[in-house]
Amino acid sequence: MAKQEQEVRIGFYVCHCGTNIAAMVDCPEVAQFVGTLPGVVLSKDYKYMCSDPGQELIQQDIREHRLNRVVVASCSPLLHEPTFRSATEKGGLNQFYFHMVNIREHDSWVHTDRAEATSKAKALAQAAVHRVAHHKPLETKRVSINPTTLVVGAGIAGIHAAMTIANSGKKVILVEREPTIGGHMAKFDKTFPTLDCAACILTPKMSDVGSHENIQVLSYSEVTKVDGFVGNYTVTVKRKPRYIDEEACIGCQDCIPACVFKQPKFADEFNEGLGKRRPVYIPFPQATPQIVAIDPNTCLNFKKGEDGGRVVSDKCKKTCVEACGDKNAIDFTQVERIEEYEVGSVIVATGFQTFDARRAPAYGYGRFPNVYTSLEIERLVNASGPTGGHVVMRDGKSEPRSVGIIHCVGSRDKKTNVWCSRVCCMYSMKLAHLLKEHTGAEIYNFYIDVRTPGKGYEEFYNKLLDEGVHFIRGRVGEVTDWAMTPDEEGKLVIRVEDTLAGYVRRIPVDMVVLATGLEPQQDAQDVRRMFNMSCGSEGFFLERHPKLAPVNTFNDGIYIAGACQGPKDIPDTVAQAGAAAAEVLALIDKGFVEQEPNTAFILEDECSGCKSCIPLCPYTAILFDEGKGRAYINEALCKGCGTCVGSCPSGSIVQNLFDDEEIFSEIEGVLAYE
Amino acid sequence: MKYGYFPGCSLKGTGRAYEESLLPVMQHLGIEMRELDDWSCCGATAYMAVDEGKACALAARNLAIAEQEGHAQLMAPCSACYLVLNKTQHYMAEYGAMKRLVDKALGSVNLRVTRPTPVRHPLDVLLNDVGLEAVKQKVTHPLKGLKVAPYYGCQIVRPYSTFDDQADPQTMDRLLESLGATVVDWPLKTKCCGGSLTGTLPKAGLRLAYILLKEARKRGADVIATVCPLCQFNLDGYHDKIAARWEPVRIPTVYFSQLMGLAFGLPAGRLGLQRGFVPMKPLAAVTAA
Amino acid sequence: MFEIQRTIKYEADRVPGFGREVMGVPGCEKLKDCIQCGTCSGVCPLSIYMDYTPRQVMALTREDFKREVLGSHTIWLCASCYACAVECPREIRITDIMYELKQRAIHEGVYPRRFPIPVLAQEFTKMVHDHGRVSEGLLVTKLFLKTNPLAALGMAKLGMGLMKTGRFSVKQENIKRRAELAKIVETVDQENLKGKA
Repeated sequence: MAKQEQEVRIGFYVCHCGTNIAAMVDCPEVAQFVGTLPGVVLSKDYKYMCSDPGQELIQQDIREHRLNRVVVASCSPLLHEPTFRSATEKGGLNQFYFHMVNIREHDSWVHTDRAEATSKAKALAQAAVHRVAHHKPLETKRVSINPTTLVVGAGIAGIHAAMTIANSGKKVILVEREPTIGGHMAKFDKTFPTLDCAACILTPKMSDVGSHENIQVLSYSEVTKVDGFVGNYTVTVKRKPRYIDEEACIGCQDCIPACVFKQPKFADEFNEGLGKRRPVYIPFPQATPQIVAIDPNTCLNFKKGEDGGRVVSDKCKKTCVEACGDKNAIDFTQVERIEEYEVGSVIVATGFQTFDARRAPAYGYGRFPNVYTSLEIERLVNASGPTGGHVVMRDGKSEPRSVGIIHCVGSRDKKTNVWCSRVCCMYSMKLAHLLKEHTGAEIYNFYIDVRTPGKGYEEFYNKLLDEGVHFIRGRVGEVTDWAMTPDEEGKLVIRVEDTLAGYVRRIPVDMVVLATGLEPQQDAQDVRRMFNMSCGSEGFFLERHPKLAPVNTFNDGIYIAGACQGPKDIPDTVAQAGAAAAEVLALIDKGFVEQEPNTAFILEDECSGCKSCIPLCPYTAILFDEGKGRAYINEALCKGCGTCVGSCPSGSIVQNLFDDEEIFSEIEGVLAYE
Repeated sequence: MKYGYFPGCSLKGTGRAYEESLLPVMQHLGIEMRELDDWSCCGATAYMAVDEGKACALAARNLAIAEQEGHAQLMAPCSACYLVLNKTQHYMAEYGAMKRLVDKALGSVNLRVTRPTPVRHPLDVLLNDVGLEAVKQKVTHPLKGLKVAPYYGCQIVRPYSTFDDQADPQTMDRLLESLGATVVDWPLKTKCCGGSLTGTLPKAGLRLAYILLKEARKRGADVIATVCPLCQFNLDGYHDKIAARWEPVRIPTVYFSQLMGLAFGLPAGRLGLQRGFVPMKPLAAVTAA
Repeated sequence: MFEIQRTIKYEADRVPGFGREVMGVPGCEKLKDCIQCGTCSGVCPLSIYMDYTPRQVMALTREDFKREVLGSHTIWLCASCYACAVECPREIRITDIMYELKQRAIHEGVYPRRFPIPVLAQEFTKMVHDHGRVSEGLLVTKLFLKTNPLAALGMAKLGMGLMKTGRFSVKQENIKRRAELAKIVETVDQENLKGKA
């Protein structure tokens, strides 16, 4: 308390941030005003406070003017609070004698009236000056980092991140909800712009992941719960029953042809429903792990249970079990298992889903059989696809002689998704090339803008033009099946304005391909909540800063990679996965994190022992000392949320950095400004 | 069930068969429709092209009368009236300036719009208030074997789709099925009939009517069912001209309410069936059966 | 011999502020969001007859080419089917913009002469003002006499048919409170004048 009575000597700095702040806030006027406030020893404005000279200025002033408090009015603390705290410390003060005022995001960027914005800056500065006088010296604490990493989602992003981390000798737990890893990329035929075969570059990587000594693959599993904090997370994983003992199955696949269904009968998810599979199946030949799965919804050995779920009926002859023989890998009694894992950091790489083409009814998907989605065409042109790479239409016989590829389906549209999905122009051109190669058909691309900003992408566009693929600039109005001219009979007719030629055109084609956009996974919001991340308004996970922390989230120790952060192609996805892995390795290598000392503590003398705070704590950090009849807080578990502080009836809980004195003086400060 | 009734000019003129069939059908279902006293023209599409403010004020006069007469809801069978009355409400809710202008204009003759009186289309009322079960119970002469192309046209689903799907409306499909008819898959059900262009610019307008008729016939429809007097007129009135310009595509176009009347066993003579240009042979066959 | 015409546009051909004025009208705000994708023209059933496609009208309006837009056939060919407004990926109410442009064309008297559509709109409006209701038979008769008396002959058969089926009448329908209607119209006119002052 002695320290509190010492004379308060505040140094105040207002940053121009180039013109980011100065254009809307009169910075010299703010400095001049704050200089008149009690306790302020000096008050300055400066072009860039975060620059070296800016930080040097703070350190010098602390020494020369015996400052014992520092306030900087600049950008968001999220960006530069650590910078200025460190400058304060280098000047010889405890870093928590520093306080920051955000007059950029909270002021200059969001206002249009300079006089009003300047007034607001002054009021916020006055509040900070009042508050900082009551700041106390605090110490940060260090927490060690668990070196194991959880990677959620095993598409190309998750696979690449997992491999990078595992190759450095660190353990990785890779969780994938499908029966195989590989994600969307495993379904692609070729990749743009090089046209190398997707399977050739992906499947070796998949099998490396499957056999890596440092990677534990949990396929057909989902993360259901996450507890803890950076360096020390406890993750709960649901292992869905695939009715196969993963240890016992050797991947011989003898059970599949032995199934009582002589012919594959059920829509094959991996082939987008264009092919058929049996109830016991492996998604595709190079699936990893090489373990079959049994689908209880179609398997005859299951029936509908009382709760609507599937239960064993034992009605089937179980020819699969017979075929499996001594290996005894088929286990109809398998149930869902819940497992817990301890990890230090997490990379979320949950990917995307494609836009449901039925939401664009004008294009007739689901109504006209020969309207396809782009993902269906990927399978149709694929040598390992349902037709062995033979491009035939849904009648199973005829090859298309003309194909219309409609870009931007579900993208750039306020009624569906407003964003550009980034990959569709390129993949449409790739499919145009492949369809032309396979069938020699006339191919028409209908686009709003052709977007090819990537290495070798514009060159690929040129190649397509050379190949004689048509590019018509116009968003298609509708696809219909009624004819106006004899050559339209029996065809799908695309009606579009050719905006460059200046005519409305009707173009009859045999096949229509919808270049569906990318959107957040159905359950992205659940995943976001589970990992305590943020989302943009469109639902993709939000990076901490688009330029400075592109794979970090607002939750320390949780990183994002790939299309779950926003639509992106394979090169960008892999680059981002590498970046996320590097962030994780940096964290592991450092070995510890410093934690903000914003924890709460209980004033033992004032606690009445009512216990009302205990059930409110979301982190179970509050315990009760039966002997003393008082509650106390385990600082290691406290996350500084403040719930207990607000709820304590006797006002006996105090939170560091947010004690009553600090908060009330801040409020008084802002209210004192006229 | 009671509704205020806004017939609009067409239902008293070229579209009188619509009113002649709708009123007895609704009465048969126990629905009371009371015509607004001294209603004035809704303004249709023509008025909006001349002066938006006046168009809204004149349409709002009818809403004010409905309110004054204490109607909880207003039924507007004509598509243009339905749209204009709805649009006026949207504009008044969305744009303060429009509401002030309309309030001022109505105020000058002591009229007022204080609340949005829901403007309902008969299809909406039949499906959502009456219910298909109640309709089915009244069917005495099912339209068995009659293949109908349901034609919704533009203005009851666009731009404000309040009671049906905008891209693929279904209410009339369901209604016709409940009468025992077979609904033909006809993707043009919300395409434009040509509107007033059939008269003012036949080359353009009649082409649209021709396409509708041609495709309906091609898809095996015996009859087209419509909800709009202008649509009915365009599809029924120009067969000679269409035949001269393109090819004969004679197929009758009737109001859905006329088909309801037939299925309910109401006397054909009371349903305005004699007012169509194209004879409705298929219907005669049905009722005879 | 063929005639050539310059098609270049100079800045002097624009009427600066026209686009902004239109975008200031209720219902027309979103024109500024147009990305020129052509969906409107693609779905418009009448775009095949237009001198400028709806997309072009959007671009011309936004770029202040007032004379071109108000003198175009396009705005009069719009049948108000709202297909464009419903399908537009930027949610631009194209039909309402067409209405606004029609109003301006009538107001400035620049619509194509003897073009029956604006004449119909005006005759329709006049009949509503005077009588409160539209008598279709009378309206159509007037329209043909004003625009193309010869075409009326072609319509005679239709008229006879209508008469035979009891759907044609040249009797003028009237509402009772016509003074009330006149007062409403007058008040709107006064308010519009005030707004312009």
